[in-house]
Parts: sequence; C-alpha cells; structure tokens
Amino acid sequence: MSGLAILIPIALGMGVFGLAMFFWAMRDGQFEDLDGAAHRILIDDEDDSERSAK
Amino acid sequence: MNALATPLPDEAPALVDSRFTVPGMRCAGCIAKIERGLGEIDGVDAARVNFSAKRVAVRHDARVDDEALISALEHLGFEAQPVAANPLAEDDREAKRLFRALAVAGFGMMNIMLLSVSVWSGAGGVTRELFHLLSALIALPVVAYSGRPFFASAAMALRYRRTNMDVPISIGVLLATGMSFYEVLTGGEHAYFDGAVMLLFFLLAGRSLDAMMRNRTRAGIGALLSRMGKSAAIVQEDGSTQRIAAENLFPGMTMIVAAGEALAADGTVVSGKGALDNAMLTGESTPEAVAPGDTVHAGAIALEGPLTVEITATQGDTALAEIARLMDEAGQSRSRYVRIADRASRLYAPAVHTLAVLAFIGWMIAGAGWHQSLVIAIAVLIITCPCAMGLAVPAAQVVASGALIKKGLLVKDGTALERLAEVDIALFDKTGTLTLGEPRPDTSHLDGRAKSVALALAQSSSHPLSRGLSASLRTEGVKPAAISDISEIKGEGIVATWDNSSVALRRNEIGGPGMSTTLHVGGLAYPILFSDGLRPDAKEAIDTLARMGVCSQVISGDRPGAVAKVVEELDLEGFAGVGPEEKLERLETLRSEGHFPLMVGDGLNDGPALAAAHASIAPGTASDISQQAADAVFIGERLAPVATAVSVARDTMRIVRQNFTFAIGYNVLAVPLALAGMVTPLIAAIAMSLSSLVVVANSLRLARSAK
Repeated sequence: MSGLAILIPIALGMGVFGLAMFFWAMRDGQFEDLDGAAHRILIDDEDDSERSAK
Repeated sequence: MNALATPLPDEAPALVDSRFTVPGMRCAGCIAKIERGLGEIDGVDAARVNFSAKRVAVRHDARVDDEALISALEHLGFEAQPVAANPLAEDDREAKRLFRALAVAGFGMMNIMLLSVSVWSGAGGVTRELFHLLSALIALPVVAYSGRPFFASAAMALRYRRTNMDVPISIGVLLATGMSFYEVLTGGEHAYFDGAVMLLFFLLAGRSLDAMMRNRTRAGIGALLSRMGKSAAIVQEDGSTQRIAAENLFPGMTMIVAAGEALAADGTVVSGKGALDNAMLTGESTPEAVAPGDTVHAGAIALEGPLTVEITATQGDTALAEIARLMDEAGQSRSRYVRIADRASRLYAPAVHTLAVLAFIGWMIAGAGWHQSLVIAIAVLIITCPCAMGLAVPAAQVVASGALIKKGLLVKDGTALERLAEVDIALFDKTGTLTLGEPRPDTSHLDGRAKSVALALAQSSSHPLSRGLSASLRTEGVKPAAISDISEIKGEGIVATWDNSSVALRRNEIGGPGMSTTLHVGGLAYPILFSDGLRPDAKEAIDTLARMGVCSQVISGDRPGAVAKVVEELDLEGFAGVGPEEKLERLETLRSEGHFPLMVGDGLNDGPALAAAHASIAPGTASDISQQAADAVFIGERLAPVATAVSVARDTMRIVRQNFTFAIGYNVLAVPLALAGMVTPLIAAIAMSLSSLVVVANSLRLARSAK
C-alpha cells in the first residue's frame, strides 16, 4: 500500500509532464510543418554562422 | 509559421511580415535555396518556409515590397504569389482545440486504464475503492475538458430539436460518468470511467483527422472584391484630377488610368491607347490591346497608359462584382450536398437511442433492478459507439489526400473526394487549363550563346513574354550570361551590354495569336515565336478519364478558331465563346440531364462554373478566386493529377463503404451481446479499440492508390 502511495503519484506526474510538454510543443508551432521538419534534417547548415553574423 | 528563423533585434526598423505561396517547392534543397536566397536580400530579416503548406513567411523591412520579393523568388526558380496574412487562422484554432482535447483524453485514458486493469485482475476491498476514486479524480476533469466539442454540438442540435451523432455520444459519456461516480461514492463494484474516456479518445481522433482535412487552403470571396482598384483619378470640371475612393464613383465620371494601376470601375475607353492585363478576369495572360471605344473592366491592370475612361458601372454593378455574386449563388447549391457520414448518422443516431431505451425498458420488465437495467443501456450506447463509424470517413480521406498531395494535387475538403468519385463528365476550360496559359517560346534555332544572353535579358523583365522565355530557358538548364547596363524601355524592350557589344530583346507587336519578339546579339537578329502550347500530357490525361467512363468536353470563352485547334488535336467536343453565365447554364443543363459534371478551369470567368459544378479542379496558376472556388488545386505543368484525382476519389469511396460495412457488421455482432448483458467493461474496451484499428488499417491501403 505504501508503495502505491509513492508510485501512483509518480506515474500521474509523468503523465501530466508529458501532457504539458505536448501543449508547449503545440503552442511553439512544432506541429505546423511536419513535412518540412522531415526535409530540413537534410540541409547542411555550414553557413549558419555566416548568416547569423549578418 | 510564427516561429521565424532568426529573432529580430530590438533596434531594427519597422519590420513587416509577408506570406507567399510557393507551390513549386519539392525537396530539402528548395527549402534551403529559398530561405538562404531570400535571407541574402538587403532588407530581408528572415525567411521561413512552411513545407506542408507550401508557403514562405518573410519578415522584411517595409521598404522591400511584395513585387521585389516575388521577382527574387522567380530568380531562385520558384513561382510565387502573395497570400493574405493568414486565412487559415480561424480553422487552425479549431484544429488546435481538438488536438489539445485529444491529448488530454489520451492522458486520461492511459492512466485510468492502468488502474482499471488492476481492478479487473482482482484488486478488491480498500484497494479497489482507492483505484476507483483515483479514476474518478482523473476522469471528471478529462471528460469535462475533452467532451466539450461533443457536448457543444449535441446541445446545439437539441436546441434546434434535431439529433446528430453527438447526441448519443454525449448521453453515453455523461450517463457512464455519472453512473460510475455514483458507484464510487457508494463503494460499488464497477466503474466505467475507462469506457467513457476511451470513447472520447477515439472519437476525438476521428474529429482531428477530419479537421486536418478541412484545414487546406481557404480564403474568402472578399478577396475577389479587394482586387478591384481602391480609388480612381477623376477629371474635375476645371480639368484637374482628384483621387476619389471607389465607393464614391458614379457612372458618367471620367477617370484617368495610369500605367500599372488597377481599374476601380467598368467603363469605355474615350481616348488613349494601351494594353490591359486581364489575367484576373479571363485567365489569359497575354496583354489585351485597347483603343477608344473598347470596354474595360474593373480589376484589370493597365500595362501602358494613360487611358481616359468614361465610367459605365461601379461597385456592385461591375462585371467583377457580378461574377462574385454568381459564384456565391452557385456555391450554395453545392453546400447543400450531404456528407456521407451525416447521411449515415441520420439513420444511426435514432436507431441507437431507441435500442438503448428498449434495452432499459426490457430489462426493467424482465425484473432486473433499475441499476442493472441502466448499466446495460449504457453498455449498448457505448458498444454501438460510432467509433469505427466516426473514423470510417476521415481516416480514408486523410490518407487519400496525403497520397494526392505527393502527386501534386491539393484537395481542399473531404466532401470534394466524395463528389469527385461521382463525376461522369468533365468540362475543361482551354486557356491555362488544357494549355499552359503562358506563352512559351520556340527556341530550337538559337545557339547556346544566344540562349544565355536571351535568358539574362528575359529574367530582368516582368513582361509575360520575358517570363515565358526565362522559364522555358531555365528548364533547359541554360546559364544566364553576365550582362551589364540593363535598361527596360516601356513598349520597346530590354537593352543591355554584353561582351562590349549591345544586346537587346525587342518587342515586335502585342496581341494576336502569333506573339513574337526579336533577340539582337552582336548585329545578328533572331526572331523568337511564342505560342500557348497544350500541357504535355493533356491527351493522355483525357484518355485516362475516358477509360474511367468520364467523357470530356472543352468549354471556353475564347475565339472559335483557337478552340477548334485544341478540340481537333485532342479529338473532343468543344464550345467556344462561352461567357460565365452560359457556362453556368451549360452546367445546369447537364445536371438536369442527370449528369455529375466536373469543371476544370482557371480564369475568374470560370469561377461561377467552378463553384456550381458537382466537383471542380483548378490549376495552381489560376486566379486566387478560382482556386478558392475549386475543390482541388493541381500544381505543375502536367494535367495528369486531374485523372489521378478521379481514380483516387473512387478508390476512397470504395474504402469508405468497406469501413461502413465493417462498422455496421461489428455492431450487429456486438449489440445482441450488450443487450443480453454479457459485455464486461474489458470486452467492450477491447472490441471498441479493435474495430477502430481495423478501420484505420483498411484506410491506410489508400496510400498506394495514387501510384
């Protein structure tokens, strides 16, 4: 019984944390361009330093 | 879209956001090319591509205008059009609400399921009561939050004394939750929170898929009227001119139209000679020469000027406004189309209610207590839950539209696929639909040197012929020559210096079917002829349609001669010189004969017909309004997506029918068990999930259908 008292809140807490992360990711716009995200990984970003310097 | 690549520094000058659709992007290379290319322009702070929506959001200095950005994109090799701030914002919010509700339901479902499994596997006494209490604590807020979309819709339906699919769902969920809560408070043996929350989860999954589907391109008819000029320079009695807003114009006034200005009213040219870009109205991109006595329409853009025009119609009386009105009316006939899911639920919802009530009454008569009778009635409501039904249509449509996007066709809403599957006759507009709508040059007689000079000259001008020339040379892989001192002389052509000699692209004459220009390189003159050619696979696409039992006709506003050529080449029946109203009439006739016509067109004059046809498709180069009126938009030079759309739509409807058959079959098997009181919560949960999974798996087969 005492094990449950610790484990259940932990399980629920992890669930709530996951849910909060999802809400954050959605507000952040991470689900707006799923196809683009898949392609972006292929872009070389060598010249990124030069772009941010501009 | 709101997350831009680089944060903007505080001290930056006033920055504005512009958005463009760039239908041509296809790969990671395009994303990098656009983002970097635009980023290098002076005054552009950041550019961010949204690949799924084929859009690019540019944050830039107010000094850089849309035109400059579009031409920059063209230099990078992409066709672009500006779009309004964010026409999807409204729909987006709706979809986001559903996704949030889905996430919350998923969270609740997983946790309650864990607790329920422990109870089913034999937890008893205090532990069971504790678990039930915990389930209640999770379920109550989750049901309250995730159930809102259904409760709201059910309440709305009941207020108008109607019933829809959401009514049995809401009753089932609320009754199950209420009953379970009562059980928890009285220390009872069973709680059905798991069933209630799981039901919500699967239904929300269906709704979210549906919302994703609807989230495709949408704007407003208002966009049409915004294309009209906002004001006009009116000649006063004393001879001076004064700018007057469009709403204060009256027939009889005389306006002076400068080059580059959009006309604010319809009128007759009094004096001056020039050319108008009527692309918005007719889809024909070749400039139309006008002389005194000619009629001009609001929305056209003067390419050369000035023109003196006597106003004959303003505001709501213009040809443009008339087309908007026709489109609005025509669109209404289509909005009466009843979605297949709604048709099913119309029969389904009352049947389920009756069954649940009968179960309750039956068990009461049979002598079971009100408690057990109610539990069985709830079991009937839940097991007949239209989970599989709710997923049957959206799952199939989302998979199909995903497959079609890969083939270059964007389907705007779910009913479009249902309607496309039924078409049996196709009407094609000519210019811009069967043909490319863009003058393309014959460059076979040019040598490599001349080609590279021609490209360099053509790409520095925005004239339609230059654009056609540079597009065609670029696809050939020609590299532009390094020319300098470029100057464009209106009505003359482009002159520049290359390799210490003068080169030029001179205009011969505008108008007529034989458009041409002359390229001068080092004393040599190369005439270049342009023509508006058929799409490369037009014949093939029309044959494919014919094989599916869809016969095609050409219906065009163009001259009989031009239409006859195309009709002959494609071996079709054709009608020439057909205006917007006549196109509508023609569609009405076909409908009254029992046909389901498919309209394919691009010009604004096709707008009403696109809105009225049973289903309609517009090319990506069509005016915004036509794209808005059409059910689907295809991108690129090939016509094949039109045929693919019809065949995929038919496959989709086949899968949807299979899904419905399965969902009904499942209910026929499960309902008697529920009525007999033999369904335990565990079995109900497993059966429900399995039926939904089968429907989704069946729909996934569509991914291959657009091969």
